[in-house]
Amino acid sequence: MVYDEMRAADGTVRMPYAEVARWLQGVTSAQLERRRAEAELFYRRGGITFAVYGDAQGEERIIPYDIIPRILSGAEWARLKAGLEQRIRTLNLYLADIYGPREILKAGIVPSDLVWQNPAFRPEMAGLAVPHGIYIHIAGIDIVRTDGDDFYVLEDNARTPSGVSYMLGGREISIRLMPELYAAHRVAPVENYPNELLATLRSSAPRNATNDPTAVLLTPGQFNSAYYEHSFLADKMGIELVEGSDLFVRDGIVFMRTTEGPKRVDIVYRRVDDAFIDPLVFEPESMLGVPGLFAAYAAGNVTLANAVGTGAVDDKVVYSYVPDMVRFYLGEEPLLKNVPTWRCRDPKDLAYVLDHLSELVVKEVHGSGGYGMLVGPHATGADIALFRERLKADPTNYVAQPTLSLSTCPAFVENGIAPRHVDLRPFVLTGADGIRIVPGGLTRVALRAGSLVVNSSQGGGTKDTWVVVD
Amino acid sequence: MLSRTADSLFWLSRYVERADYLARVLEAASRLSALPKAYGSGSNEWESALATAGCIDAFHQIHETPDAATVIDFLAFSEQNPSSIRRCLEVARTNARAVRTAITAEMWQAINGAWLELPAMAARATDPDSLMEFLDWVKEISLRFDGSGYRTMLRNDAYWFARLGIFIERADNTARILDVKYHVLLPEHAAVGGGIDYSQWAAILRAVSALTSYHWVYRQGLQPWLIADLLILNQQMPRSLAACYGAIVANLERLSSAYGRHGESQRLARSIHVQLENSRIDQIFQGGLHEFITSFTTNNNRLGAAVAAQYLS
Repeated sequence: MVYDEMRAADGTVRMPYAEVARWLQGVTSAQLERRRAEAELFYRRGGITFAVYGDAQGEERIIPYDIIPRILSGAEWARLKAGLEQRIRTLNLYLADIYGPREILKAGIVPSDLVWQNPAFRPEMAGLAVPHGIYIHIAGIDIVRTDGDDFYVLEDNARTPSGVSYMLGGREISIRLMPELYAAHRVAPVENYPNELLATLRSSAPRNATNDPTAVLLTPGQFNSAYYEHSFLADKMGIELVEGSDLFVRDGIVFMRTTEGPKRVDIVYRRVDDAFIDPLVFEPESMLGVPGLFAAYAAGNVTLANAVGTGAVDDKVVYSYVPDMVRFYLGEEPLLKNVPTWRCRDPKDLAYVLDHLSELVVKEVHGSGGYGMLVGPHATGADIALFRERLKADPTNYVAQPTLSLSTCPAFVENGIAPRHVDLRPFVLTGADGIRIVPGGLTRVALRAGSLVVNSSQGGGTKDTWVVVD
Repeated sequence: MLSRTADSLFWLSRYVERADYLARVLEAASRLSALPKAYGSGSNEWESALATAGCIDAFHQIHETPDAATVIDFLAFSEQNPSSIRRCLEVARTNARAVRTAITAEMWQAINGAWLELPAMAARATDPDSLMEFLDWVKEISLRFDGSGYRTMLRNDAYWFARLGIFIERADNTARILDVKYHVLLPEHAAVGGGIDYSQWAAILRAVSALTSYHWVYRQGLQPWLIADLLILNQQMPRSLAACYGAIVANLERLSSAYGRHGESQRLARSIHVQLENSRIDQIFQGGLHEFITSFTTNNNRLGAAVAAQYLS
């Protein structure tokens, strides 16, 4: 039985959705359609677009936006927030550990080959003291629900998570296009996110920086799929949006080229992947990076946010150990649940997975964006056969999870209002002065009936998320 | 600010200004070509439009003879001409996207809106009537873009670089039209008189939107040396070389005082400006109008290079 966040099985409306349900009864499809079109125009005119790689025809697309907001009660949010804080503290401690004393390996909690053989593990980071010991300044933790009680973490995104501009864009649309519905709730604000991000970045400056440190946002450039978000965030924070060629390193110090000559840079919020940030240390062919940046980082003269090598926690096998890490580092019980995960590297698990392929979701250990996964119940016989071969050929590359019955929310689709599956990506900021989370996050919705895949690259849309203050 | 950002702002403004200028050139050419043959000067107005846009060579790589259809397509819509109106707007939008953080939402919407409407507008402009509609649309975009910059931008280096781009491009355009048309402004032409010259002269003024201004300034019929005076030396005329250089000097001064540093750009701009201020139109004709314009264009290009070297790289 699918858990709908608005209606209980008997059709009664759950409390947080009372106003939304009333509003939906009074509004016509034509009115909804007009608002949907206005919202689309807002995105289109603002250039709030993304690129789908490998799609020559649509260089710039907008993400479909569903105007019916998703509601979380203040109490639900408080629980989720505490769980997110616990999780991100744990992940930071884990990274400090694997790039430092490796206690968790010595204790035999996490198998050491998961660290050494993880392609996202960066040996260059071993023994290196990062400013303030913070690795993951910005994280996007993907959360799903299957009932009214629990929040499950679906995956941790600790590299360069994106989507926050859609969270902010969605709120802007709610306020403009649905002022009455919005005013009927006490919605916790999110528009301070850029302020919070800037405060987080500045608090993370190297200790030898001045007390007015300079932060920049490093983008791969305007052909990157998230370029809009890069420019939007830089703009709202009032920091320079730089490309690799705008920076250079001299005597271990990072500078940017300005109309007034070189200017020292203390913090680089980089939206360029590890492999491309410095051709001298990583991918030598990279045109996106800055030669010498890593040396400046290793010398403690610049903060990289996020740190290099944070991808070591995005791994889906490592994910399965996070509850153990919480117990190991914090001595606490995990507040957020993990989705039960079969590690195909383990022969017993593999045998189980092969026997139950049509019920399970199979994912690549390092996959992201909804690519390269098998959703058993929705797959054809040929797909299942293909994955069976892949699993046998390279079991360590896969994990499997039960097909969760994701919760649904009302969405406006072709044939009116219908429940659609959703997830939630809250953005967790960690600075030297603490953890900040703006209430809510980005709700992604699978607009195709029955679909469980919410990724924008797979036809998913977004919704505004309202945390209603009680 | 980042040198790259300044560079994009500078070129963004130049391309919008160039699109506006091309629209005016096409409008003037199609008016002239619509005159009865008896009034025509015998020269090919469409070829002249190409020369004014500075792309005769590029044109001949694709087309043979310049006529209404080929020139309109080449200057307005061609993908192969890097300076067509379409390409100008596309490049302007690419630059705007690269400096989203340095321009205001209003400016972005003006240029991005234009880019979104462009395919539909271009598709509609298939006959002469709708060509005018297209050209009016282009001029409106530059007004909207310029106006929103003027009304919404902070008065800081970003604004000054954007203005600098406009005025260097504008000076180049005015000089270009004078260079192509200088022969109809020469004194021996004045004797001919009659409708032919009037149409040619009016076309020049129209291309820089100064036909009405002329009458307000000189309060007499069109005289070639006064047209030259208006476009070269008149400080009141916003597209004159002198007015452009007044603005260029002022914006460069603001930059140098904000940055606390003078450079080659400031020195060069001031010397070009002084030269214009100290010239009289009869001296210019004596020394040769063509020579004067050629030397101005060379200097204007040198200034562009100096600005690039000092600030944009």
